[in-house]
Amino acid sequence: MSAVSRAEYCVIACAEAWRDAGEILASPMGLIPSVGARLARSTFSPDLLLTDGEAMLVAPDGTVEGWLPYRQHLTLVTGGRRHVMMGASQIDRYGNQNISCIGDWTRPKRQLLGVRGASVNTLNNPTSYWIPRHSRRVFVERVDLVCGVGYDHAAEHPETARFHRVPRVVSDLGVFDFTTPDHSMRLASLHPGVTVDQVREATGFELTVPDEVPYTREPTDRELELIREVIDPGKTRAREVPDRETG
Amino acid sequence: MSDKTMSAEEAVGRLESGMTLGIGGWGSRRKPMALVRALLRSQITDLTVISYGGPDVGMLAAAGRIRKLVTAFVTLDSIPLEPHYRAARERGALDLMEIDEAMFLWGLRAAANRLPFLPVRAGIGSDVMRVNPGLRTVTSPYEDGETFVAVPALRMDAALVHVSRADRRGNGQYLGPDPYFDDLFCEAADTAYVSCERIVDTAELTKEAAPQTLLVKRHTVTGVVEAPNGAHFTSCAPDYGRDEAFQKRYATTPWAQFAARFLDGDEQAYQSAVRSAAGEAT
Repeated sequence: MSAVSRAEYCVIACAEAWRDAGEILASPMGLIPSVGARLARSTFSPDLLLTDGEAMLVAPDGTVEGWLPYRQHLTLVTGGRRHVMMGASQIDRYGNQNISCIGDWTRPKRQLLGVRGASVNTLNNPTSYWIPRHSRRVFVERVDLVCGVGYDHAAEHPETARFHRVPRVVSDLGVFDFTTPDHSMRLASLHPGVTVDQVREATGFELTVPDEVPYTREPTDRELELIREVIDPGKTRAREVPDRETG
Repeated sequence: MSDKTMSAEEAVGRLESGMTLGIGGWGSRRKPMALVRALLRSQITDLTVISYGGPDVGMLAAAGRIRKLVTAFVTLDSIPLEPHYRAARERGALDLMEIDEAMFLWGLRAAANRLPFLPVRAGIGSDVMRVNPGLRTVTSPYEDGETFVAVPALRMDAALVHVSRADRRGNGQYLGPDPYFDDLFCEAADTAYVSCERIVDTAELTKEAAPQTLLVKRHTVTGVVEAPNGAHFTSCAPDYGRDEAFQKRYATTPWAQFAARFLDGDEQAYQSAVRSAAGEAT
């Protein structure tokens, strides 16, 4: 098999978010998280539930196994049996996320999507993030509007935020988590070909970097085959993270 | 037996400036666009609009009809950012009550149940509380003592929704994969106007579809409007999908130019302008 592309490491890193998750709904947003969720479902997390992106619960081959219109989806969110991977226009060192607008909310410099379900997601079920282009514009010291709740704000509301958890942030450079004493962001793994300096350069706040940073794991041959031939033969993953020369 | 059928003009004729208007559908999916177009042809303005926003919000914002918007997002789905809504926000043209998707739903449920609020575990710890200083919290009276947002009822003067089929009395049926929240909009409103692809006899409604598809009940409906292709250019499965080419044209054409070509005439003129545009490259 040809060399593993950056997009394929990203798929593996996203899929790992749903390892040992059990019988819950995987809600990936974005192309690469979708490939990752289907990969996890097809391999090490066979009990995951997946949707078709609309109102049906489907097997990886598209077989309908259930109905999940938005009104029931929101109950599933508040019931907690779900792990969502959202996007983020901005994310800060405590995992606060913004998808609403850039600048002052009363008259934004740039209006984005709106708060959507970020707030209900983060208070009710594990919420991870996927960021296809790691930069200082996204990884900021402080987000302009807190949509998804981060660890510092969750700590101020211990009862209401008792289900709050941000397991991981995956970007095109690596994997990040919040397993530090103050729940600030930590570099958990680098995708092969990426250096610590590169990550620091692209991050707008002080990141915790362990002495030894592992690389994101290699996909197995079976996983590569599934990604390339079954789940994403059209190579949509390269639209989010283009193939490029390393080094 | 009351016949509630009326034209889109008659339905809009019962609305007034300054009203609070709920609009059904979701994003760029099964929006009552023919009713929105009729609203654009009227002089009605100064509206408070409650919507899981799509091009309904974009068009009304572009035309300057919205004083205040209550929403969790505005999107065209396949085009993530609604350009006309974006422009309106960036020029400070409307007031906004921005709440989470779940807060929005709980607000609809509160209104439909005639409750002043419902508690929801969303919003706490986020800036939704900062940008909505009027939002209050409520603490559980039981031993858990947990604090929630008390989402106020989203009560509305009128609701506009679009469904697949309806009878003349206002029983509305959806035939697509998702009901969205159209029944709740009708229940949360003092009056509700339901447009549909086709008006059929009551007995026809359950001939080919299960009774569970009968989403909107007639006691919540004021007027029924037959509007074939009435959700265009949003999707109305299974009758039609989203008109992506036309949506792209809407999103990339300056508003004045788009409105002059497609919205100056009546609904029939709109549908024929859409048909002639379909042959052109966008």
